Amino acid sequence: MTGQPRGWTVVCPLTRLDPGRGVAALVDGVQVALFRTAADLFAIDNRDPVTDAYVLSRGIVGSRGGAPTVASPLHKQTYDLRTGDCLDLPGVAVRWHEVRCRAGLVEVRLRKEA
Amino acid sequence: MRKGRLVVIGNGMVGQRFVDALRARDSDDRWRVTVLGEEPQPAYDRVRLSALFDGVGAAELNLHTPDPRVRLRLGAAVTAIDRTRRVVTTTADEHPYDALVLATGSYPFVPPIDGIGLPGVFTYRTLDDLAAIRAHARGRRRGAVIGGGLLGLEAANALRLLGLATSVVEFAPRLMPVQVDTAGGALLRRYVEELGVACRLGVATSALHPGPDGVVAQLELADGGRVDADLVVVAAGIRPRDELARAAGLPLGSRGGVLVDRAGRTADERIWAVGECAAVDGTCHGLVAPGYAMAETVADRLVGGAATVPDADTATKLKLLGVDVASFGDAHGTTPGCLDVTFTDPATRVYAKLVLSDDAQTLLGGVLVGDADAYPTLRASVGQALPAAPLALLAPAGAGTGVAALPGSTQVCSCNAVTRADLDAAIAGGAADVPALKAGTRAGTSCGSCVPMLRQLLDAAGVGQPRGLCEHFEVSRQELFDLIRVRGIRTFSSLIAEHGRGDGCDICKPVVASILASLGTGHLLDGEQASLQDTNDHFLANLQRDGSYSVVPRIPGGEITPEKLIVLGEVARDFALYTKITGAQRIDLLGARVEQLPQIWRRLVNAGFESGHAYGKALRTVKSCVGSTWCRYGVQDSVGLAIVLELRYRGLRAPHKIKAAVSGCARECAEARGKDFGIIATDAGWNLYLGGNGGFRPRHADLFATDLTTEALVRLVDRFLMYYIRTADRLQRTAAWIEAMDGGLEHLSAVIVDDSLGLCAELDAAMARHVGSYSDEWRDVLEDPARLSRFTSFVNAPEVPDPSIRFTEERGQRVPAGTRETENRQPVGLGTPRVRR
Ligand SMILES: Cc1cc2nc3c(=O)[nH]c(=O)nc-3n(C[C@H](O)[C@H](O)[C@H](O)COP(=O)(O)OP(=O)(O)OC[C@H]3O[C@@H](n4cnc5c(N)ncnc54)[C@H](O)[C@@H]3O)c2cc1C
Ligand code: SF4
Ligand code: FES
Repeated sequence: MTGQPRGWTVVCPLTRLDPGRGVAALVDGVQVALFRTAADLFAIDNRDPVTDAYVLSRGIVGSRGGAPTVASPLHKQTYDLRTGDCLDLPGVAVRWHEVRCRAGLVEVRLRKEA
Repeated sequence: MRKGRLVVIGNGMVGQRFVDALRARDSDDRWRVTVLGEEPQPAYDRVRLSALFDGVGAAELNLHTPDPRVRLRLGAAVTAIDRTRRVVTTTADEHPYDALVLATGSYPFVPPIDGIGLPGVFTYRTLDDLAAIRAHARGRRRGAVIGGGLLGLEAANALRLLGLATSVVEFAPRLMPVQVDTAGGALLRRYVEELGVACRLGVATSALHPGPDGVVAQLELADGGRVDADLVVVAAGIRPRDELARAAGLPLGSRGGVLVDRAGRTADERIWAVGECAAVDGTCHGLVAPGYAMAETVADRLVGGAATVPDADTATKLKLLGVDVASFGDAHGTTPGCLDVTFTDPATRVYAKLVLSDDAQTLLGGVLVGDADAYPTLRASVGQALPAAPLALLAPAGAGTGVAALPGSTQVCSCNAVTRADLDAAIAGGAADVPALKAGTRAGTSCGSCVPMLRQLLDAAGVGQPRGLCEHFEVSRQELFDLIRVRGIRTFSSLIAEHGRGDGCDICKPVVASILASLGTGHLLDGEQASLQDTNDHFLANLQRDGSYSVVPRIPGGEITPEKLIVLGEVARDFALYTKITGAQRIDLLGARVEQLPQIWRRLVNAGFESGHAYGKALRTVKSCVGSTWCRYGVQDSVGLAIVLELRYRGLRAPHKIKAAVSGCARECAEARGKDFGIIATDAGWNLYLGGNGGFRPRHADLFATDLTTEALVRLVDRFLMYYIRTADRLQRTAAWIEAMDGGLEHLSAVIVDDSLGLCAELDAAMARHVGSYSDEWRDVLEDPARLSRFTSFVNAPEVPDPSIRFTEERGQRVPAGTRETENRQPVGLGTPRVRR
């Protein structure tokens, strides 16, 4: 990724997202996994760092403790949707991205790697 | 010292409790006890009688533990008491007594209506009543209950569970008139009607009319209305069984019942009465808790104590209907000067009323409709200072703050008079879970409503409890299954709101999805259910390591026509899918991208294929050998049977995958004994083997039944599968399930062959529902644009295929490329020496 600050990309209408489920989106050429929970929107990388497959958007959404989570559909490692941290493997994480809803449209802005 | 002769008439709930209490106290062995019971069974838990319709077996209701110091005579109805000679007479013999305890309970009141004696009209009191109802319900369509009280609603639910369209006719203008007030009653009615039970309130039944077969067919109401019903349950109240006392000249209460004082003694100092037949200070109670209190009192008196019967606890909670209703204490606010606090939330449809003392400091009683979570705590707080502000007590979380804050003298279990201090002592003494607390203190063993408080006390004491499914549910899969089934829960969100915490996870969501599917609740991609499915079920395909999916159409019994085989080949070629024959006699097409799945399936469905459920925890295949049609050794048509079975059980969701096979003779070419259910042909029919599996820990199936006809075989497999689905743990294959069962294969045989739990009719009905409601999941997806819309690569770029899925070629087919694993992969060595160059 280049160092340019990026803008917001409109991805889809909010109604296209089912609560408790994710979808994949292409934002500036990056595969993003976008989730809608009962109360919130989250975006993280779609790539599962453990298997290298682009599948996180297809995991089951839930919670652990108070954290909203998604579990990789391949080997079930669970990630905190807010931070991208893997809650099962120390040191493993995916990037999280900014997401918001404006006028019924979901928008995503990529964050550079920390 | 000569032992006294103690005779107890009646071996019901209270009679049994009396004997237990006496035995526990009579350490000097003062009494020789004889119990005379009219029913053929020893004492059972009448309160939980309706659980028989939810798959609980009669044996589980048993309350009687044999005691060598107690003589129990069953089927022995007492016909007379001779107070001068001090003997009681049964139809067969006489029993002299020094002390006599009447525990004869009540009988159902049957109003004198025209036609009330018709076949098809039942009361609802005993095991025999319920057996008769179950037998009559078979093949009937409509039921009616006369009486809309606690018992009537319970009976209505039972009829509903038996598959009857049910109506309730109640003379009072509201349901449960004794317990709830007008506002609560109106809300209750709405809940009950939503369950599909029709309510006719404020009207009497004036006659019952038979149909042409002489069986009841219709109720005529006083307002001229008619209700069709070919099964009628009368639940119009109960009357104390005081006939023996009356004939013996003992005084009765003004409204019946054997009159006793606070010691439980009748006018004859040698005769006592306990339970529903007793009128303490003139009042009878139709609940078990006051009866137990009398039993304890009289037991104490008979060993020289001075106990007195406390004021009756008449708290009640509606069980089983999936509607929360509870009333306790002075629910109708009859205490002089008392205050009401009511709370109505139209959004959540909760109605609550608390009755407080005139200074608003003490809780006197209340009514809850729609959400009775606070019931156990509130019930335990009656007569005490309010543990919190009234509204805080009623708020949804209020129940949770409850019991730990209550003083030690609070009765946590009212049925068994167990206080918080008793429970704390038991926990300190090592009771680490609810069963241990129940065994040690008896708390929670009657109506069960205090069990949540037992859990809270264990939690508060920091004692480890058996782990539930996951952090979101404290219960096991089986308990969850029963909750969902019995309470008619249809969505994950209501389930977790009422019985769990948090938002769920990849453990509990698929479990609930599978339970909902087993209970036949519509397509798995509809509404909220879609969000529960794991990715395989969500895309109706198997996720592979690279993010692509595989497609496995059903090929029942492994039999396929050349035309269909050609279609498979063409589809695989056109979508460039890697093709492999699986171990289960079908064909796996691998490497499909999400957005290709509907295109692939459209072609397959058009060619007559349907989903093979390779992606689901469901029946996979019924493999077969070629059988007697071709094989010179074959004795039965194994292919034909395999196809019948595969089509019967296709789509059946289960705690884990289910595999099966049929071999046409003892040579066992289909490897049937490696399957969850395997069938091997014999000259006379089929042998059935259960509980095998391959995989990580291979296990041969055990022989379960021999020389079965096809019909008998199918019936056994039906029940085996349904019982497994209901009771197994998450991800427990049948082998482990049988192993974990108390009594193993023999128990299984008792349940599904001898019907020891009285469950078979229900299991059969559940399977019939499954078979009748099957439809191909893939066809259903293709016909529905909303479901199809999920099959896109990127929500904002559906035309762009996932660029991360890339292939390389191996042995003439495409295989995943570019993942770490494939890059590092070495060709398979052939065991030949490498040639050095
Ligand atoms: C379906 C159902 C649901 C219920 N739900 C609840 C509930 O949720 N909460 C609650 O508190 N209560 C409930 N009850 C009521 C509860 O079951 C009774 O209060 C309790 O069983 C009373 O116990 P008992 O021993 O007095 O009477 P019973 O349990 O009726 O026992 C009396 C026994 O005496 C026998 N007997 C009678 N006459 C003679 C004779 N002459 N000779 C020999 N034997 C005789 C009878 O056959 C019977 O077995 C329910 C009852 C039913 C039917
Ligand atoms: S099991 Fe028997 S019938 Fe079937 S193929 Fe083998 S030998 Fe033939
Ligand atoms: S309150 Fe009924 S069992 Fe405890």
